[in-house]
Amino acid sequence: MSEVAIIGVGCVGFRPMTPELSYKELMFEAAVKAYEDAGGINPREDVDIFVACSEDYLEGFSIFDEFVPDQLGAALRHLFTVTGDGMLGLAAAYMLIKTGQFDTVVLEAHSKASDILTYTDIVQFGFDPIFNRPLGGHPYYVAGLEMTRYLYETCTTEEQCAQVVVKNKRNALLNPHAAYGANITLDQVMHSEKLFHPLKKLEISTPADGCIVMVLASEKVAEKLTDKPIWVKGVGWCTETPSLETRDWTRAVYTRLAAEMAYKEAKITNPWRDIDFAEIHDLFAYKELQHMEALKLCDYGEAGKLTEDGLTSLNGEFPVNPSGGLLGMGYGLEASGLQKVLEVVIQLRGEAGARQIDDAEVGLAHTWRGIPTATGVVAVLSKVK
Amino acid sequence: MSVKIKHYPGEEIETQDFREGKVLFESFKPKAKYAWSAGIAISRFLEELKNGRILASTCSKCKRIMVPPRIYCEKCFKPTDGWTYVKDTGTINTFSVSFIAADASRLKEPIVVAIINLDGASEGMGIVHWLNEYGDWREIKIGMRVKAVWKPPEERVGAITDIKYFKPIKE
Repeated sequence: MSEVAIIGVGCVGFRPMTPELSYKELMFEAAVKAYEDAGGINPREDVDIFVACSEDYLEGFSIFDEFVPDQLGAALRHLFTVTGDGMLGLAAAYMLIKTGQFDTVVLEAHSKASDILTYTDIVQFGFDPIFNRPLGGHPYYVAGLEMTRYLYETCTTEEQCAQVVVKNKRNALLNPHAAYGANITLDQVMHSEKLFHPLKKLEISTPADGCIVMVLASEKVAEKLTDKPIWVKGVGWCTETPSLETRDWTRAVYTRLAAEMAYKEAKITNPWRDIDFAEIHDLFAYKELQHMEALKLCDYGEAGKLTEDGLTSLNGEFPVNPSGGLLGMGYGLEASGLQKVLEVVIQLRGEAGARQIDDAEVGLAHTWRGIPTATGVVAVLSKVK
Repeated sequence: MSVKIKHYPGEEIETQDFREGKVLFESFKPKAKYAWSAGIAISRFLEELKNGRILASTCSKCKRIMVPPRIYCEKCFKPTDGWTYVKDTGTINTFSVSFIAADASRLKEPIVVAIINLDGASEGMGIVHWLNEYGDWREIKIGMRVKAVWKPPEERVGAITDIKYFKPIKE
């Protein structure tokens, strides 16, 4: 079976809003960059399959798939949409190449969050209509529920969660793709408005607009087109029960099982030792810690301490979210996963500039589909085949 | 119901039973509001509709004149190279005559929607719009020549409905 590599990446954004561009124009710009980065491929001839990722309700279109081809160079070509996070698309693209039937696959995900006027209502529309929706309220109370239980069970402190924000927003200052970089203090986070106790305002990622396009290829094509392929060594994904009444509120079990699937394939036995850094879904600050534990980077309840001690900072033993995470880059909705993969690719290529991690050889990308879901995807990427 | 079976076993449910709450269900009306950024190409297109003009973009490689305009040529996958106006006259590519409305109620007058290839645009490119002032709908034919009927300038807002409809013309 062929190895699978990411051979081209293109990113536009992320920015708080992009009123000057339509989503099609945003996608075109990212696609042009990705194809150029992949050795100047022509999508009209050189691509076997296109995989676009989007969720109709976030777009305001039914069957958004139909609006995708032109701006990717995919008109009258072979395309399908994954209605989910970009990393679910990555899993699909990876498997397509593994079949041996396809050599070059284009992957796309974007966020036009600024086009959504009733974001909260759209999120709430994802709630169970019988049991949960009638209770109303801002849907992010679900994060408050989870954080309460997480802190209670693991003895993680609120300060440790707040430290994630300080770290990520500071990393974002070094990332030109980040919308919300800032130099803030622990105190500022701790004293920011309590919105969904114990969750505070600065601990919540703000949505942002952007688009990411990637080109994946088989070994044969990758080695012909680029001298800096980044290899996908393993991918895993998992979904917990949708039921708020019965799901595990302490451990992100969906992420644990997704990680086990990816680690098995990538032959990772000790993630902290075998992997050099990670990009982890941090829609809410505590989620970075909870996800670190689920990803087996440490034991349950240890992630807060590691963060407090600076081990996950840019110069620490195991940097987490060198990109600035979603707290710093902005929450790219279904593009969140590709924001993570993008940073891992940039770091492994050694192109991260001021935020470059020394000797990065193996990186981990992780995503979660946000409130109210319990779906996670994990990928292990490597500089070495 | 089959002629042989007069009554199926079980309780029959009437609309009234739902109204009276005898059948339990949960209803929900989503609040889904969006404001799509029109972007470079469509913003210019809408702006020109206000001026009573139809804007196209051009590709120097495949030589197409494209309506509605875009900033990339989807055939050549390259940025478009320029802007030009096309005429507000054209030819019916295809059409359909609707006798019922969206809620399935019968219309007094049928609604005709046509795909119109605009003069000056490349083959098979144009606009989707209503057709009116056609007399008897049975007289509408593929290949028929039509022209835009615009709203008065002060009523135009930069929307596709700045054109009221297209009507057949004799040339």
